[in-house]
Amino acid sequence: MPLTPVLTQRFDAPRSWTLETYERLDGYRALRTALGMTPDELVGLVKDSGLRGRGGAGFPTGMKWSFIPQPEPGETPTGPAAAPKYLVVNADEGEPGTCKDVPLMMADPHSLVEGVIIAAYAIRSHFAVIYVRGEAVHAHRRLVAAVREAYAAGYLGTDVLGSGYDLELVVHAGAGAYICGEETALLDSLEGYRGQPRLKPPFPAVAGLYGAPTVINNVETLASVPYVVRGGAAWFKTMGPEKSPGPKIYSLSGRVVRPGQYEAPMGTTMRELLELAGGVRPGHELKFWTPGGSSTPYFTPEHLDVGLDFDSVAAAGSMLGTTALMVFDETDSIVEATLRFTEFYAHESCGKCTPCREGTYWLVQILARLVHGHGRAADLDLLTDTCDNILGRSFCALGDGATSCIASSLKYFRDDYVALLPADEQGRLGRSLRLEPVGAMS
Amino acid sequence: MSALPGSPEAAATTGLNASPTAHVEDLPPLTAQHEAEARAVMARYPQPRSGLLPMLHLVQSVQGYVSPEGVGFCARLLGLTKAEVGAVATFYTMYKRHPAGRHLVSVCTNTLCGVLGGQRIYDAVSADLGVGHDQTAPDGSVTLEHAECLAACDYAPVVTVDYEFYDQQDVGSARELVAALRRGEKPRPTRGAPLTDFRGISRQLAGLSQFTDPGDERIAVDGPSAGEPTVIGVRLAAERGEAAPAMQQPPEPTPEPTDPVATSSGGTPAEQAGDATVAAADNPAERSGAEQNHPDAPEPAGREDAERGAEGTETPPAGPGGGTNSSIEREA
Repeated sequence: MPLTPVLTQRFDAPRSWTLETYERLDGYRALRTALGMTPDELVGLVKDSGLRGRGGAGFPTGMKWSFIPQPEPGETPTGPAAAPKYLVVNADEGEPGTCKDVPLMMADPHSLVEGVIIAAYAIRSHFAVIYVRGEAVHAHRRLVAAVREAYAAGYLGTDVLGSGYDLELVVHAGAGAYICGEETALLDSLEGYRGQPRLKPPFPAVAGLYGAPTVINNVETLASVPYVVRGGAAWFKTMGPEKSPGPKIYSLSGRVVRPGQYEAPMGTTMRELLELAGGVRPGHELKFWTPGGSSTPYFTPEHLDVGLDFDSVAAAGSMLGTTALMVFDETDSIVEATLRFTEFYAHESCGKCTPCREGTYWLVQILARLVHGHGRAADLDLLTDTCDNILGRSFCALGDGATSCIASSLKYFRDDYVALLPADEQGRLGRSLRLEPVGAMS
Repeated sequence: MSALPGSPEAAATTGLNASPTAHVEDLPPLTAQHEAEARAVMARYPQPRSGLLPMLHLVQSVQGYVSPEGVGFCARLLGLTKAEVGAVATFYTMYKRHPAGRHLVSVCTNTLCGVLGGQRIYDAVSADLGVGHDQTAPDGSVTLEHAECLAACDYAPVVTVDYEFYDQQDVGSARELVAALRRGEKPRPTRGAPLTDFRGISRQLAGLSQFTDPGDERIAVDGPSAGEPTVIGVRLAAERGEAAPAMQQPPEPTPEPTDPVATSSGGTPAEQAGDATVAAADNPAERSGAEQNHPDAPEPAGREDAERGAEGTETPPAGPGGGTNSSIEREA
């Protein structure tokens, strides 16, 4: 699969973050095209393109936009259709391993701004917010500068490019809370509350920011929109599989020779990407990796040929997530890695629901004693039981995600857990508990 | 954030009423100017309470932490109780409960940075400073914290100072960085703006400029951002001569007579199919298309007259937009 720089194509251009460079390299052309279309046509175009959300869930973007209630022709709008519509950009990148949106916002902030204007126009919104992670100060700084330039050039504000369409865009800094990457928690945070998730339904499309219809899209999703508008749905679909088309930024990190951002069609395999990145560091071999951040179940060398698109990864037992490909080799302890991820979830659990708040705490205790050599034979099943009481029982996806690394590491690397048990505890394994004999797992 | 019972975070005071009073006397006051700035922040949003997080950053920019005075300041301006503001302030890790040092040093110890040396870096710096997580060196130069994933895994292990990136650190480089900060120096970040200090960066996070001179602002914006890992894919593609498939030549935004009724016939299935056929001729001359659609070219007069923008629609559309001209007029 060849590299297909689309979203990353300007990253290496001199002063890529300026309006001048962006316009020279075709920037804001898509906006002019879009303003010549009706909002419904734009929604249709994005639907036709098959663009799916790049924030992890892979929800079809055009469909999300189409859920915003709009008045019927000739009708006096009432209810949600009469309310203002909002567009909120989820730029709260924080999923461990994920490092695609921050470099994009730093290197090419105008592509996000252009995508925001087009999307806001499509859903008939006149107020949009980019909620950018507080720690990402340089991305925040570049976005603020880009938005200022866009206002001065007439791309934002009253009567955008003489079209009669008005849009205000605010860049809003968060304050350090992973949970605010969850869309309803983000909305609460943006309204000035603790960032805790909301019960769904109602979904944000009906009752989002300030209770009004709201679209929340990821940075990479919106940055893709100008290209969809400019290249068309058919062009977009020339890359990747039919059901998850388009180019994708794959972020390789960890034990690879050349970590970084590689943009290739959806469905590219880890084997291909590893080759581009120079492979695992010399003298070592791949042990485990994540396809899309710490909340996605681990993969192993046997998954190297899984196409990295939403459906293929799901079929192989994990999730595409944010295509944050963290690579670990045989010198890395999977149990320690899992402990560290779990500490992260325990720290970031917002505390709203009991399974996640208490469960992540106990998972840390169990994993820590295993890592420190004080584990008990029953702990392996205890981990599984605890995960079972979190997965599907938590208020939001944070709790579910916390169980992914534990369940998948137990599935593929049970021996590594067993090896950490004291000798006398290992002796108990065969007798009690529904455990496979040591070594039975490949 | 919920802190683990028994952890240092949990043991920390809320900072709301039990802050170290010794420092409080030295705090710069929140002035009428800050109040005016806070009101401007509130006015950015449809509802003023959305300004609370930026306002708390503003408080930190003045006092170096979310002080009891700052909580009262936000509460008064927003018509909230201090408990309501405190509940928000204590949820977010970037709001400090004790006065922070001149600089905030954050060492990523999450898994990926951790296995590549982040934990060793944190331990070494902590030993040098003689302080632990969320604690400030006695000289007030540096507050240390271990951070969760900072979205720079391709540059691991990373350290940030006032949230600017120092990439691909090791124990030696990080110790030297912190030593330099303690000497009052401001080593340039690998990616980010020249350092100011924690309070300065808090002002930026409130959405306010920390510079009086626009030149300084420009220098900050122009601070480097893309190291090797950011551009590695795009450079490799250029080296290998690989690229995304060329876009088909976009349909012309031909300035047609702006007759809203006439345009309703502009998008007949036959015509659009014709467009698609032309486009499908796979003309690689994308650049010439770019010229024709140059920003300097006459702009479409408005939304109504350019239905033809549905470029790339593969099939004659019975789909969205088709036959919705009444809605187009309503939108206008």
